Amino acid sequence: MEEAYAPPHKDTLLLVEDLRVHFRGHDHVARAVDGVSFDVHTGETVCLVGESGCGKTVTALAILGLVPIPPGVIASGKIRLRDTNLLTLTEEGLQDIRGNQISMVFQEPLTALNPVFTIGDQIMEAIQVHEKVSENERRRRCIGLLTDVGIPSPEARLKDYPHQLSGGQRQRVMVAMALACHPALIIADEPTTALDVTVQAQILNLMKSIQHASAMSVLYITHDLGVVSTVADRVYVMYAGLIVEQGTRDQVFQHPRHPYTRGLLASLPSRSKRGKRLYSIPGSVPNPAFKPKGCPFHPRCSAAIAECAVDFPGMCDYGHGHLSRCPPVYSRERQE
Amino acid sequence: MDSQERILLKVEGLKKYFPVRRGFFQRTAAHIKAVDGVDFAIAEGKSVGLVGESGCGKSTVARVILKLLEPDAGRIVYKGRDITPLSPKEMKPLRKEMQIVFQDPFSSLNPRMTVGQSIEEGLRILGLSKNRRQGRRDELLEMVGLSAMTADRYPHEFSGGQRQRVGVARALSVESSLIICDEPISALDVSIQAQIINLLKDLQDRLDLSYLFISHDLNVVGYLSDTVAVMYLGHVVEYARADTLFEDPRHPYTRVLLSAVPSVEADLTSKIKTLKGEVPSPMDPPPGCKFQGRCPLVEPRCKQGEIDFSRVGEDHLVRCWKAT
Repeated sequence: MEEAYAPPHKDTLLLVEDLRVHFRGHDHVARAVDGVSFDVHTGETVCLVGESGCGKTVTALAILGLVPIPPGVIASGKIRLRDTNLLTLTEEGLQDIRGNQISMVFQEPLTALNPVFTIGDQIMEAIQVHEKVSENERRRRCIGLLTDVGIPSPEARLKDYPHQLSGGQRQRVMVAMALACHPALIIADEPTTALDVTVQAQILNLMKSIQHASAMSVLYITHDLGVVSTVADRVYVMYAGLIVEQGTRDQVFQHPRHPYTRGLLASLPSRSKRGKRLYSIPGSVPNPAFKPKGCPFHPRCSAAIAECAVDFPGMCDYGHGHLSRCPPVYSRERQE
Repeated sequence: MDSQERILLKVEGLKKYFPVRRGFFQRTAAHIKAVDGVDFAIAEGKSVGLVGESGCGKSTVARVILKLLEPDAGRIVYKGRDITPLSPKEMKPLRKEMQIVFQDPFSSLNPRMTVGQSIEEGLRILGLSKNRRQGRRDELLEMVGLSAMTADRYPHEFSGGQRQRVGVARALSVESSLIICDEPISALDVSIQAQIINLLKDLQDRLDLSYLFISHDLNVVGYLSDTVAVMYLGHVVEYARADTLFEDPRHPYTRVLLSAVPSVEADLTSKIKTLKGEVPSPMDPPPGCKFQGRCPLVEPRCKQGEIDFSRVGEDHLVRCWKAT
């Protein structure tokens, strides 16, 4: 068994316990997040990875108190940032946390930035909301932030509107805005999906270097396993509103235990698989309102046995922080 | 390319400029050089991958080959016949042989037509009788892994992967020998992508199809293509067999692109090479090598005159001084 991963600082920054977020439709309830627990330590990058509809974005929105209620309902759970339970905070309490202690980088910078304000105004607004500093100081900080994220001639760019920047530069502005108040945690929801690969590499390197410099934690939400393997310290694999496997990057990528994780990794095309047929997971992701009974993955699973359709699977511990929600595979592999 | 292989499609010096009109009289003020020198060839039963970042002109190449857009220069030779000067009417009999599968299975199917009608439309234009159309339709649906029962359903009743299967069935409905796949899997979920890739691969083996596979994803292109053309700002900068390109990339852009693609198989100790800046506007490309502004190896002679392909190995062409 490999060494367990030791985060740079062992203290837990964010702890999510048994989070359930449901959305009520007129004749059904969509259980988008259905009992999700994870933690993020100070200074580490944690990836939530899963396909569309697995509940990863809703989890992120719930952390920031951004789930629209109604139709959303936080049916249960705790979200603790250090000692505060974010779910019990009032709107003002949350305002203090958002942008200040936790900030978010969205997938599509063109829709996340306001088109009628200059980027300087938007970054300075983020500072103004949380800190009482003079306008000159705000300007100075703003220029510093734009320099940090690698935007050339930042003084001139302050007066630019979002449409005057390229996609990569807009995403850099989003990162600068997220960093404005030195947050302890950045939630990045598919921050590079809309970007080209060479620009994606720039943004990933940028986030890595900022993180090293400031001991910040990053919760990275993505569907791209390639990106996960480049950025993650620890990985949580989600399927149908559940965490199905968790562990360090090496545990999950080198020794995947859950049939879903194994299937995903086997189905990725690459040059080394040329000429061989790709493994493909049959079927498609279940509708969150009509999930199968028992293990939600069993209709698509190659390792499914009769019990899978009946019993809800619990987490099985492989040691050193590596857990997988598949008891049949666990007991089979224990016997071998 | 082996000389025994029969070339299905050959593209030489292809150019497509879009005029930018400005002012009251809509005078042409400049040109966007979307495609500015593209050469490649597809052998029968083989796949060519066309890779590049957004704005490099790869989708325009697809549209010009199908003559949905008229090229400004260059030749498109299909089965030994120069189709560049053909009129739309003259192109019509060829259309059934060249089909395209689009990126977005949501917007490329008509929401008001059942998938059966969408598939049959091409056959109707060919003049097949209703009975034969329906027989062929059912056969096609089964071929792409859908049941013939689904013919009466509308696109919204299908998932993304199923819709893309319908897109493939539609492209195969006529007597296609060349299928252009324009980012056919990038709108799909990871677990569905492999299903469509396998489908394309199986159909190629069964029907001896040739593919022009357009993608920004080098993992997919490396898996599916026999030959790869790397595009940057309107022209092909490197052209080689897939194995050669991945093992011995010569153009500085190809090297960066290969290192920038995150892959679960990548050696985690290897550093991602990053480029400064972003792809410049195709409206006003610099004279000389188009990659000069971002190239780590740039030197003065790169800024003068067009750079031609140099042959660095068997079937391996590179547009760079430094590569030889």
